[in-house]
Amino acid sequence: MKITAAQALVRCLELEKVDIVFGYPGGAMLPVYDALYHSSIKHVLVRHEQGAVHAADGYARATGRVGVCMATSGPGATNLVTGIANAYMDSVPLVVFTGQVPTSQVGTDAFQEVDITGITIPITKHNYLVKDPAALPQIIKNAFHIASTGRPGPVLIDLPRDVAGATIDFHYPETVKLRGYKPTYRGHRNKINEAAELINRSQRPVIYAGGGILNSGASGELLELAELISAPVTNTFMGLSSFPGDHPLFLGMLGLHGTRYANLAVTECDLLIALGARFDDRVTGKLARFAPHAAVIHVDIDPAEIGKNVPVHVPIVGDVKLVLQSLLPLLKKTDRSPWLARVQELRELYPLRYNREGGLKPQYIIEELYRHTGGCATIATDVGQHQMWVAQYYRFKHPRGLISSGGLGTMGFGLPAAIGAQLGLPDQQVILVTGDGSFQMTMQELATVREQELPIKILMINNQTLGMVRQLQEYYCEGRYMAVDFEFHPDFITLARAYGIKGYTVETEEEAQRVIPEALGTTGPVLVNCLVSPQEKVLPMVPSGRGIDETFEC
Amino acid sequence: MRHTLAVLVENNPGVLARVAGLFSRRGYNIDSLAVGRTDNPAISRMTIVVEGDDRVLEQVTKQLHKLIDVIKISDITADEYVDRELVLIKVSAEPEKRGEIMQIADIFRARIVDLGRRTMILECTGNEGKIRAFEESLKPYGIKELVRTGKIAMLRGSRYTNINTNGTREDD
Ligand SMILES: Cc1ncc(C[n+]2csc(CCOP(=O)(O)OP(=O)(O)O)c2C)c(N)n1
Ligand SMILES: [Mg+2]
Repeated sequence: MKITAAQALVRCLELEKVDIVFGYPGGAMLPVYDALYHSSIKHVLVRHEQGAVHAADGYARATGRVGVCMATSGPGATNLVTGIANAYMDSVPLVVFTGQVPTSQVGTDAFQEVDITGITIPITKHNYLVKDPAALPQIIKNAFHIASTGRPGPVLIDLPRDVAGATIDFHYPETVKLRGYKPTYRGHRNKINEAAELINRSQRPVIYAGGGILNSGASGELLELAELISAPVTNTFMGLSSFPGDHPLFLGMLGLHGTRYANLAVTECDLLIALGARFDDRVTGKLARFAPHAAVIHVDIDPAEIGKNVPVHVPIVGDVKLVLQSLLPLLKKTDRSPWLARVQELRELYPLRYNREGGLKPQYIIEELYRHTGGCATIATDVGQHQMWVAQYYRFKHPRGLISSGGLGTMGFGLPAAIGAQLGLPDQQVILVTGDGSFQMTMQELATVREQELPIKILMINNQTLGMVRQLQEYYCEGRYMAVDFEFHPDFITLARAYGIKGYTVETEEEAQRVIPEALGTTGPVLVNCLVSPQEKVLPMVPSGRGIDETFEC
Repeated sequence: MRHTLAVLVENNPGVLARVAGLFSRRGYNIDSLAVGRTDNPAISRMTIVVEGDDRVLEQVTKQLHKLIDVIKISDITADEYVDRELVLIKVSAEPEKRGEIMQIADIFRARIVDLGRRTMILECTGNEGKIRAFEESLKPYGIKELVRTGKIAMLRGSRYTNINTNGTREDD
């Protein structure tokens, strides 16, 4: 079949069963958009390319499928950069297409030329500059494979305009051609045996589960493991929703803003079972004080994560679901009631709490949200205090319930990610919990919400400040608040109305009790502007440079 | 400690940028890097000399493996291997000094590859120590210009760092 490379691209996407692409057109992408014109693939036109890549990311996190987005050359491509880095840091599978100037002009600083493959080397799992039009189908086949297997991540394909327009003899290859890429899925038998022995002998195990559980779909195995060996489970931020938030063995999140009982359980444990987690600095605090009494079992699909930050006693490279499936039959059901009693004691001594006095509290809003949704909603967030309150107070029931920027901490991620999640899961209740600062970074995508008729519920924790940075300035700069308190606040209700979106303002607990269920029950999109104090802090907190057992609460 | 890595990579444009970028981004020190294609034109071989303790080396190797274009990495430091660098040195050579310089060249089994009116170019191959000694011996005559390659290395005897032999990533 003779077609243009651009048409081949669209055929490849159809064959990869891509149903939605997020994008923004431009000159260099004309051939591709022309080919899309004839396709059944839905193209979602955003209002800024950052919106396209975050939406593809939100779609991928919510569904587990590969997210696809595209943009034109030059500024279109550079507008994607933050979103690509975001997906890279959180191991989200994306295939990103960018237009490029014609091959004859590459390298000449032509109009709207940037070296996007050069720029994105450190923030993609792999990238391609397509020079031979006939190679495009194989490249796309490889790209989907690379993005979605092993440790997932974004792959970028840069397509010069003349290449896109060239005619090729199309057939979609069945197999990938990648002799340098062979992820390990099955854990090493001996290591799994060693892990089983350690677990069976251990008296005070803690399971420390990260985003790898969600990526490999291992929530069922995780639950089975925890119940079988009576081990409490703590999640990393990325791991939240992989273990039921209301389970008696659940300790909540650990680390910087983790629960005190999770941090202390890790400090006291004799065995730390790390599953699909990477001992990030936000989790470990001062390394020398992290899990000082514990032997460490570390299961991860990425060998480079094992032993990177902490010494590991039993390293297991593999897919965590497959590894757990091999491990579970080797484990003895063990009574660990003294340990569970101790954990219960920690829970009671140091509960997660906040002071409800003095007006509407953000934590209360999240608790209300939890109460009205039963933990079953998909919650997208932005970045800041509101994000941490979601992590602490929303108890996720189902895997992939949290759509949030972890590794990069990208303000502005929330709204476009919620759009992607809602498009990927049309029947799911998708709620965005955002902050007044973050929201203003990508609020142009309200137009996309309206245009796509998405019933997203937006809950803004409006503290009229860049709360998280303000909190840092309070603790680390002796309250010298610099460039955090906004002096002008838009009227978000009028703004929402400009987009045909219904708005509510909430200032008291009573209003929250009334408005939240009403907003959730509304058919279309809604914005709830929750006015809260700028003083509220995210607590507990591990001071910078300290161990995770040294949390404080004011 | 210095390690010598033999790295087989896809002969794709950009592969050098990926490898070099990885080293600088993660703060690993490259002592030298030499690259050229192998008997298979689709594959290039890099010889990388990197400084670092075992932990650093483990990370370097693991991170290199994550590059899709990297096919195989062998740390040959602890094995028996032959290594070579090549240097070209342009040295001042007034007619009355030429005899002496040629004697030095003889000792190092270097070759004279160009003879100008007042300069000579000498070519010498050897391991790093020999090249250093050669350079030192020529210094008194006035080195005008010097260019050298990075180190290339190959295992001795019947052991290979090819992809079709001992433990390839291609064969399964
Ligand atoms: C793009 C970007 N710029 C700056 C930061 C640094 N930063 C982290 S949290 C934060 C404040 C966020 O404010 P807001 O969205 O209102 O959330 P709040 O903390 O008030 O809940 C800032 C500026 C960031 N994470 N991302
Ligand atoms: Mg705020």
